[in-house]
Amino acid sequence: MPESAAEVQPIAGGAHTALPHDSARKHVSGGAVYTDDILEPEGLLQAAIGISERAHAEITKLDTQSVRNYPGVVAVMAAPDIPGVNDVSPTVGGDPVFADALVEYVGQPVYAVAATDIERARRAAKKAEIEYKDLEPILTVAQALDKESFVLPSHTMRRGDSSKAIALSPHRLAGRVELGGQDHFYLEGQVALAIPQEDGDMFVFSSTQHPTEVQHSIAKVLGRPDNAVTVEVRRMGGGFGGKETQATLFACIAALLADKTRQPVNLRLDRDDDMIITGKRHDFLIDYDVGFDDDGRIRGVNFSLASRCGMSADLSGPVNDRAMFHCDNAYFLENVTINSHRCKTNTVSNTAFRGFGGPQGMMGIEYVVDEIARYLHKDPLQVRRMNFYGRGERDITPYHMKVEDNIIEEIVDKLEQSSEYTRRRGEITTFNETSSVLKRGMALTPVKFGISFTLTHLNQAGALVHIYTDGSVHLNHGGTEMGQGLHTKVAQIVAEEFQIDVDRIKVTATNTGKVPNTSATAASAGTDLNGKAAQAAARTIKERLAKFAAEHYGVEPETVVFRANEVIAGKNRIPFSELVKLGYQARISLSAAGYYKTPKIHYDRENTRGRPFFYFAYGAAVSEVVIDTLTGEYKMLRVDILHDAGKSVNPAIDLGQVEGGFIQGMGWLTTEELCWDDIGNLTTHAPSTYKIPACGDLPNDFRVELLETGANREDAIHRSKAVGEPPLMLSLSAFFALKDAIASVSDHKMSPRLDAPATPERVLLAVEELKERMSSVATETYESAEAPSR
Amino acid sequence: MSDTIRFVCDGDVVELRGVDPTMTVLNYLRTVANKTGTKEGCAEGDCGACTVVLRELDGEKVRDLAVNSCILFLPTLDGKELITVEDLASNDGTLHPVQRALVESHGSQCGFCTPGFVMSMFALYGAENKPSRLTINDTLSGNLCRCTGYAPIVRAAEKMYEYDGIANNGDQDDKTVSLLKSIQRNDALSMEFNGRHYFAPTTIAELAKLRKEYPKAPILAGGTDIGLWVTKQHRDLETVLYGGNVRELKQIGRTAAHMEIGAGVTLSDAFSTIAESYPDFGEVLRRFGSVPIRNAATLGGNVANASPIGDAMPPLIALDSKLSIRHGRKAREIPLDEFFIDYQKTALEPGEFIEKILIPLRPDHRLGVYKISKRLDQDISAVCAAFSLRLEGNRVADIRICFGGMAAIPKRAFKCEEALLGNEWSRENVQQAAVKLDEDFSPITDFRASERYRSLVAKNLLLKFLIETSVSNTKTRVIDYAGNVHA
Repeated sequence: MPESAAEVQPIAGGAHTALPHDSARKHVSGGAVYTDDILEPEGLLQAAIGISERAHAEITKLDTQSVRNYPGVVAVMAAPDIPGVNDVSPTVGGDPVFADALVEYVGQPVYAVAATDIERARRAAKKAEIEYKDLEPILTVAQALDKESFVLPSHTMRRGDSSKAIALSPHRLAGRVELGGQDHFYLEGQVALAIPQEDGDMFVFSSTQHPTEVQHSIAKVLGRPDNAVTVEVRRMGGGFGGKETQATLFACIAALLADKTRQPVNLRLDRDDDMIITGKRHDFLIDYDVGFDDDGRIRGVNFSLASRCGMSADLSGPVNDRAMFHCDNAYFLENVTINSHRCKTNTVSNTAFRGFGGPQGMMGIEYVVDEIARYLHKDPLQVRRMNFYGRGERDITPYHMKVEDNIIEEIVDKLEQSSEYTRRRGEITTFNETSSVLKRGMALTPVKFGISFTLTHLNQAGALVHIYTDGSVHLNHGGTEMGQGLHTKVAQIVAEEFQIDVDRIKVTATNTGKVPNTSATAASAGTDLNGKAAQAAARTIKERLAKFAAEHYGVEPETVVFRANEVIAGKNRIPFSELVKLGYQARISLSAAGYYKTPKIHYDRENTRGRPFFYFAYGAAVSEVVIDTLTGEYKMLRVDILHDAGKSVNPAIDLGQVEGGFIQGMGWLTTEELCWDDIGNLTTHAPSTYKIPACGDLPNDFRVELLETGANREDAIHRSKAVGEPPLMLSLSAFFALKDAIASVSDHKMSPRLDAPATPERVLLAVEELKERMSSVATETYESAEAPSR
Repeated sequence: MSDTIRFVCDGDVVELRGVDPTMTVLNYLRTVANKTGTKEGCAEGDCGACTVVLRELDGEKVRDLAVNSCILFLPTLDGKELITVEDLASNDGTLHPVQRALVESHGSQCGFCTPGFVMSMFALYGAENKPSRLTINDTLSGNLCRCTGYAPIVRAAEKMYEYDGIANNGDQDDKTVSLLKSIQRNDALSMEFNGRHYFAPTTIAELAKLRKEYPKAPILAGGTDIGLWVTKQHRDLETVLYGGNVRELKQIGRTAAHMEIGAGVTLSDAFSTIAESYPDFGEVLRRFGSVPIRNAATLGGNVANASPIGDAMPPLIALDSKLSIRHGRKAREIPLDEFFIDYQKTALEPGEFIEKILIPLRPDHRLGVYKISKRLDQDISAVCAAFSLRLEGNRVADIRICFGGMAAIPKRAFKCEEALLGNEWSRENVQQAAVKLDEDFSPITDFRASERYRSLVAKNLLLKFLIETSVSNTKTRVIDYAGNVHA
């Protein structure tokens, strides 16, 4: 069926309409049910986890007697009590449910308790007597590199001869930038409710992005087949990657305790425990060595990316791969070598977080480009343009994929105009000349982000569609709703397909019993994959109905048209629901499963060649900031964004992703600082100490637009583009605006050293360091520092 | 004395007895009342997912206060109306303008923080007509949202006035007023639950008597600190004395020489009085914590908990404030800078409590107050500085400098003061005096800031104060840009 049919939209809530989130009314009136809001089943127990207090130690004694004796306690479990396999790793192992003999981070679960109420469970979970024999911990990336402590082998991606190109370049710069991690801070903490069923089966409500993995892991730890476990998730109170693998552990613990007690068990983490026990965005140490010409064009670049993976591999393999895949961002790197080290440390195992390594890889190249510009005394935008991928030339990525859909120049041109970049650049310069305490800065950064799971086989999805005899539609698919509006968009796609109003369609809770073997709702691919699968299911039913209508009314099946809640067959027009009823009576199946797999993609990891991405999403942002050179405090003044969501399925929801993604990324690069003490305790484990952006951090003037002419050149669902992760990286402009403001202290003669997150402290220390450098240069060879060439 | 908590909910008076007085309102809502619309995000009053509105009598009218239900003890509802997210829509399902604006502005994504935003905005809706962006930011400073980036929520807060209101209709108000009047009390609330005692006296004489009887019992005011003893530290509080109903503690007075702030006056209520005389102090009070925190927390509590980073201390000490301390029927005065002895240790004797804070009016002084934190709003200071300066000509006739975050207690910079006193108020002298701060303080490194940053910022703030007192019409603070779209 041609997609051009979508252009007529008499139905309510079809594709490309700006529908509110399907739960919005429930959100604002308290009626949206999250896992902890589910009506309590009879005999419900509450669980809590006893955790390791050491970063690296052998457990020489674990005595849970006083836990068992605590009032209200019904069951206690530790490693030896697990009937199946003591592992919940999504990949290569190393993630025990409960530490067995060895603890590898502060906060690692050692045992769990189920009690009659949550306060008793939490108090009891602090009562076990644990004796440790301490081992030497590795806590930082630098220590891990030094000791060659890795969770996975290092990996190299190479194109051309970068070392030779660098050596032959007119200019060369080398340096290092450190990037901090980030806590997800989903507002709803980790939670699961397990209810035992007949035959020893288990039904689990889990706040997870990956119900299938939760299902399979529960089966594994219980020593039962997958078909004994059903996992359901109606909605999450935020995910951001933090519930891709991290929810599994808690669902498993709830299921283990429910299995043991034969009572329902709820496990809801306290915020501090959640932040201490669960993994975060990987912090990175990036070293670069770049050669470039007088125009700032990069001739060759070497990157070393070392990340803190924590105590296990978890998703660190693909996260670090994606960092490597995005070391180019929107720039053509003819000669490039990227070495990636996946460091093992005695800290919590880091995991997926919106962008999945992409932001860190991009920070590497953007830092390099910014350094080149400052060295050459050019506006960084000029150097960025100099290095953009071309169209039809200069279009091969470091992994040998041809960039076929490049629109970065179009976006940057438009944004440069609409944001009045040049005029404001002048204003900022004038302001800085007269303002001694406050300084302003501005930066424009681009985004090119690859869409698809880089592990090719994950790019598949299923859906299940039923039409009931009243014409109402039950829609189910393998994706999960975490606030991103996936269910709304998929419902719109099905409404469009059937040509019925979207309120005739109910998207039901994601359930492993309805659509099996799903991939995580991740990699921005939720709508791309599940939308296509749901569309396929709807088309199957629609074709059956069209065939039936053709027979019934004696017309050709191709001439049957579904439009505006009606079906037109020759001269007959009947309501959709009427045709459904007739079809049922004529014994037409009104239920179908749909399936989709992303075409065109393949990747040979061994040789780092292929087409790992179906397409790229693009965007650009200009941030302007004011800093206080006496305190390092700052405020975002204005941010302009132009983002490519293709032909958006729901422009309102997609705009929300862009705005929210930017602010979340800005938090990562500014105020969100994770701190550990010198024995491996996380010291920022609550909102009182870990500062995500608040309302006042919103830029005063925030102008966000979707690219109006956007359309995916690939056959993605309704020519839209994935929009979950890409906008997060627009926030790099905020970081480089800060760097620009700091550089103004030296009248842009020098480049400041700035690591992320750029807290007020880091900003002030960068200002101070710049001032010191200036005064030492002033007394020595000021002239030579000004000269751009060597 | 009565042992029954009475509050209004859903248009009816709810009476509770035999409940744990340290149960939080949030836990009551979610586990007893089966109203799960209100969420727990952090259980420490920092994320706002649990925000509810308390409607209380204000003469013949009512006023609405957004508060954090996660750290609010159930008996403190006594005499008030509790309004939650479930209560705003009409019975026929018509959304309140706040809710409608959020839906139509796409202000919810995952929706978990949304009930809290709805309630904060509901309190604003009743109080303001066309709030500025700064007021909106301020109202929402205690509500964290991780999905939307706040932009659509701010748009909703601007848009909500465009709809026909269903709230604030006069009949309902009258009914509420009479219901609330019916549950006001003149006697103390006194509860006992499994050996745990809770007293809520209404007069200072009663409180003084109880304080002598239970000298170790903490005095509960807003609960923004004590609440966490229960939710985070899982402590069993044997006896709690609630001071929030004591009339005398809630008074604000003014003499020729002083402002007098009762120890039970909330930061929100103290704000306008203080800000009028000392705008910088007011700004620090605004950034002290979120609106729900300021609606609960008291100036007396901020003094009594003796935190090294209580933001009110530097300005209070710089202004040479005094405490009136009560013991039984006796009262004594003590300068605030003699009150703090060591980390969380004060000069309070057993049986004593703070009655009021006396803040001198010093129109001949210039007060500069600076709060330095990672995040501008709703964050705890890395350093908080206050300078109170009186110049004669260009000579320093009087100066008091106090810092928070630089030592185990809020502490004056005596050596720095000494270096400045009597000398010309000049850049050169200030720079020399700033070095003395290294002798006054040996700050620590922690997750809020490093020792180096604290030392550096402390000196720079003195310099900033010099610039602000010497040069006019120069913007010297990024906070001046906050919420100002056309800065």
